[in-house]
Amino acid sequence: MKVLDHKLRRDLWRMKGQALAICLVIASGVCTYVLLISTMHALNITRDRFYEDYKFAEVFSSLKRAPENVAERVREVPGISYAETRVVAQVKLDIKGFPEPVTAKLVSVPDVGEQVLNRLFIRRGRPVAPDKDNEVIVSEAFADVHRFSPGDSFGAVINGRWKTLVIAGIALSPEFVLQSRPGSISPDYKRYAVLWMNRTALSTAYDMKGAFNDIVMTMSGGASSGEVITRLDELLERYGGLGAYGRKDQMSNRFLTEEFKQLQRSARIFPAIFIAVAAFLLNVVISRTVSTQREQIAALKAFGYDNFSIGLHYVKMVLVIVIIGIAIGSVAGIWLGRGLGRIYMEFYRFPYLMFELRPSVITSAGLISIAAALAGTLYAVRRAALLPPAEAMRPEPPSRYRKTVLEHLGLGGILSQPTRIILRNIERSPFKTMLSILGIALASAVLIGGMFSKDAIDFMVDVQFRQHHREDLTVTFVEPTSKKAVFELKRMLGVEEAEPFRTVPAQLQFGHKSCRTTVEGVHRGGRLYRLLDVNLRPIEVPSSGILLTEYLGRMLGIKVGDMLTVDVLEGGRPELQVRVAGFVKQYIGLMGFMDIYALNRLMKEGSAVSGAYLSADQNYQSAIYRRLVEAPRVAGAVVRREEIKNFYETQAEALLFFTFIATILGGIIAFGVVYNSARISLSERSRELASLRVLGYTRGEISYIFLGELAFLTLVSIPLGFLLGRGICVYIAAALDSDLFRIPVVIQADTYTYAATVVLVSACLSGLIVRHRLDHLDLVAVLKTKE
Amino acid sequence: MENASPENKAGRKTVFHTQGLTKVYEMGDVRVHALRGIDLDLYAGELVVLLGPSGSGKSTLLNILGGLDTASDGQVSYLGKDLTRASERELTEYRRYHVGFVFQFYNLIPSLTAVENVAVVTEIATKPMDPGKALAVVGLADRLDHFPTQLSGGEQQRVAIARAISKNPDVLLCDEPTGALDSETGIVVLEALERVNAELGTTTVIITHNVDIAGMADRVVHLSNGLISTIDINTRKRAPRELHW
Repeated sequence: MKVLDHKLRRDLWRMKGQALAICLVIASGVCTYVLLISTMHALNITRDRFYEDYKFAEVFSSLKRAPENVAERVREVPGISYAETRVVAQVKLDIKGFPEPVTAKLVSVPDVGEQVLNRLFIRRGRPVAPDKDNEVIVSEAFADVHRFSPGDSFGAVINGRWKTLVIAGIALSPEFVLQSRPGSISPDYKRYAVLWMNRTALSTAYDMKGAFNDIVMTMSGGASSGEVITRLDELLERYGGLGAYGRKDQMSNRFLTEEFKQLQRSARIFPAIFIAVAAFLLNVVISRTVSTQREQIAALKAFGYDNFSIGLHYVKMVLVIVIIGIAIGSVAGIWLGRGLGRIYMEFYRFPYLMFELRPSVITSAGLISIAAALAGTLYAVRRAALLPPAEAMRPEPPSRYRKTVLEHLGLGGILSQPTRIILRNIERSPFKTMLSILGIALASAVLIGGMFSKDAIDFMVDVQFRQHHREDLTVTFVEPTSKKAVFELKRMLGVEEAEPFRTVPAQLQFGHKSCRTTVEGVHRGGRLYRLLDVNLRPIEVPSSGILLTEYLGRMLGIKVGDMLTVDVLEGGRPELQVRVAGFVKQYIGLMGFMDIYALNRLMKEGSAVSGAYLSADQNYQSAIYRRLVEAPRVAGAVVRREEIKNFYETQAEALLFFTFIATILGGIIAFGVVYNSARISLSERSRELASLRVLGYTRGEISYIFLGELAFLTLVSIPLGFLLGRGICVYIAAALDSDLFRIPVVIQADTYTYAATVVLVSACLSGLIVRHRLDHLDLVAVLKTKE
Repeated sequence: MENASPENKAGRKTVFHTQGLTKVYEMGDVRVHALRGIDLDLYAGELVVLLGPSGSGKSTLLNILGGLDTASDGQVSYLGKDLTRASERELTEYRRYHVGFVFQFYNLIPSLTAVENVAVVTEIATKPMDPGKALAVVGLADRLDHFPTQLSGGEQQRVAIARAISKNPDVLLCDEPTGALDSETGIVVLEALERVNAELGTTTVIITHNVDIAGMADRVVHLSNGLISTIDINTRKRAPRELHW
């Protein structure tokens, strides 16, 4: 056996280029697996631990106003184990040196002691002092971007009154792991903050003494959240309850869950591609090795080695390659996992990241790789083991060739002999050719799959912020206001246009299906806010009836012409029957849209508006912001341009990371497949090519024959890779379809170009390396030996 | 390149001229002297057999004459042109336009038919004959569209000869052309070579370790241990049919 191991070592050394290429493909698979699974585990554990340690609530409800003693009745609801009341308010902030509108969610904390649910992890500073009505704790992400430290202060407009707030501490909360403004698609740390303040101070400002407008609860084990929520809604309805919801509908938690889903799908698909490619490459290489070593195998058998030892010898060859791949992949996966973890920590605010390396992740990655590799090489190894010695002494029968389809079609005349050689080689083993093409195609597919989120995001941003929203500023009022307020806005210096809107929270119902969302009253003939039909063409809101987000329509199973029940969750809480007039496309959120006058009529509320879309002269924008901060009835303002910018800023690092990884991995696959095909083909055909050299063909001419075949495989693979890449994108996007957002499967020409370029460059590189060998063919040796 | 071809005293054109030709292979730490100083002239239109046991240096000599290998020392010229100093590119051109090779193991391209295997050479030659005609010369006019796997060894070797002569080479170099064939088939192949030599006047060099084949040569060069031991001149050339082994 020892001698065989020497042979193994030398054989591997001789084929080190190919072995390394396969090692890298396996390493890529193991790396993506370890990276994605470990990151997912780390985020899961971190989240669960944070939720548990800081007592993240399980049921949430907001309402208009309820006396404190209602809390007692909430606690009596069967299934509720604990309930804690709070006062929550939306405020505007005025930050020195930052002229844009900033809004914040202000949440009360008990004056004395700490809250029981949604406890804060104080990163710096201290809790607010019991007797201070101007101290706040600010969310860490917000403090970081504005470089706030405890002791710093900023202005706030609380219920119309300007007040200076002093930062006592900087904290994280399980409730705001993802700190994102309602209705926004990504966290905005610059323009949205979460602040915590003493209950008394906040109640005083909002006239909520002895009352609350927000309640968070935990459930006793075994309670059904559905039932609890129904009971709570019944109980809180008369206090202006906006509908209770469980953890799964809590914003921050929802986004986390969606992100984990994407990680999970990626963890399934990408490693599978790499391992499949690696198994294919191993199959090709080991088959070829067995073929070239026929005579050696025969000799070994003649000396008395049994089938098992011969089989084991080749299994060992596979294992050495796979194990080196697993080792490289694990190290790279762990290293990149920490990087990805850090990126997620920027995005999601956890107090700590519990990145622990589970041996089981590496073990399972290893076992899967080994199993796939052995399955891929089973046939070749079996063939080696069972080779009858006498037959093995004879060279393999020569390959059979036929005329190609092209020639049967009578087009043979246009082909030169070298081109014929290329085509017949390709046709000779169509299965192998197809696998090679598929292998290279997977390289571009991986690239497209890895870069697809960037294109999808670009497209969503374009639809959401350029076609749907066209305003410069969105202004929301503290509460529904007369339309006169819009005229006032329009009169402000620099404001060019103002279009009113009305947003009404509502429960939409059809049959037994329902959805809690908002109905937006839209200004007919508006230019700043347009609705888009399912083909993304602008459409006008009808004068009667409601338009629904296409996804919402599907969720409710409702058709055009059906009557929809709209339970308004505001004011007099009317229950309205509205005919569905059509569907609109929206990638973010779910909504119903009506003509603002029609909505006002149904609500019997005159000309109430919730806010307005403004277009404004660039030069006056900061003056306008200032006025809006000071305007008491304005709850907040959002600048569209800034929102887009922020969106890209928060996504940029993650996108860059994934593009980087995809490029490397796609390049490795392309290189691995092309290089291996080239080397195998070189070993099969060096004799033929050397003969041609002897006959007077130049290096360039034989390179054409040889590399032409690779070029053909590569070029054919690219369109196939585009299709497969699209398939991967569809698979990932389908996993993410939810009421929060729908990912459009849009792949930009740039991405296709990039994928094709990476594949071509990798193919050229491996071509060049092999070309180098081609230039050093031993012309004399080839004449002396039989094939 | 000097175009004035040197001629010997008898007025025959000298095709190859070697002087003190030496070839040393470095095989690891061992130096193998394959040729130890060969002085030889080969003349236009003659058929020369290089005879010698294995390891005598005959293949090395043929490879150097054919521009496949370069000498370690000494000189070799083809029609007055120094091959010792030729670049890789010049050697490729030399092989492409002047030399026809026939190998022991035929070295046909498996993916091309007989006629295409010939065309592989005629496509890059300057004054080729028709591939079909070349195959007719070697008696394979009816096997044009067969792939190598569909041909016998002798037929494959005749395709190789057709390929070699199809460019109308100035010299035909054959390394053990019958080495892989039985005697009956070998004779057919030798007849083809003889015909080419006689009809086209191509200078032909055949390597063999088979003494019997020497009978068909104009001159027989005996090599032993990297040196020419003797050169015999056949006064009566025998036809391949008369040869036996």
